[in-house]
Amino acid sequence: MWVYEKKLEYPVRIKNRNPRLAKYIITQYGGPDGELSASLRYLSQRFSMPTEEARATLNDIGTEELAHLEIVGTIVHQLTRGVPADVMEREGLGAYYADHDHAIYPLSAAGTPWTAAYIQSKGDPIADLMEDLAAEQKARATYENLLNMVDDPDVREPLKFLRQREIVHFQRFGEALRIVEEKLAQKKFYIKSPGYLNKNPE
Amino acid sequence: MDSARERLLREVMAADFTLIELNLYLNTHPYDQRAITIFNECLQKAKALRQNYERLYGPITPMTPSKCPWQWIEDPWPWQ
Repeated sequence: MWVYEKKLEYPVRIKNRNPRLAKYIITQYGGPDGELSASLRYLSQRFSMPTEEARATLNDIGTEELAHLEIVGTIVHQLTRGVPADVMEREGLGAYYADHDHAIYPLSAAGTPWTAAYIQSKGDPIADLMEDLAAEQKARATYENLLNMVDDPDVREPLKFLRQREIVHFQRFGEALRIVEEKLAQKKFYIKSPGYLNKNPE
Repeated sequence: MDSARERLLREVMAADFTLIELNLYLNTHPYDQRAITIFNECLQKAKALRQNYERLYGPITPMTPSKCPWQWIEDPWPWQ
């Protein structure tokens, strides 16, 4: 189970509002390569992982992604809070404002609501870990695209932190994949014959 | 998981669940002094139970001192 901690993993203190940026950054909240997708992907896949290392890695990275979801939500909130409706509309957030006011809602930069179709949970640990490696690279690329559009250091610093975490997660998933591959490649020895072979004495 | 371990874990779960219930109740009744007193007492009990379990069987959260090898990854996970 989980217990909430009343702190962010990385501080967010944005002084200047910028709804246009919020419209793009929210894609890391509810977009295809965003933090919600990441968390639910790993937390779902962990049940079918075959080694202790892979179970722990998916459990703990899936947990950290929830902390990242909170950071992205905080960035979007601080970029839009108190912005008047006409400014939201002028800056490209008219449709968002119509449905959600200043609330935080998981959707992509193009406005598509979050969907479980963004993730897979295949029951095949190699397929799942390969997906996770790709997911971390896609998230890194998205953070780099966002950083190409952001000047404000108050916004850049948390985005840079989140980008770095994608790289660390990629590294850890690569190690988990190697451990899983080694386990699956091992020869299997049976200390005694499996019980079902003895059920029909004939 | 052996039965003594299972029994102690159930006690930790029950103590923690009591805290979750009181937590939610207190969020909407923040001036209920009696409930706060019960919460504080239950918290002491839950902490002691958790400490005992972790000393005997290993960490419940990763933020726990560990022997080598790193004990956090050890089975069983709750879904196993």
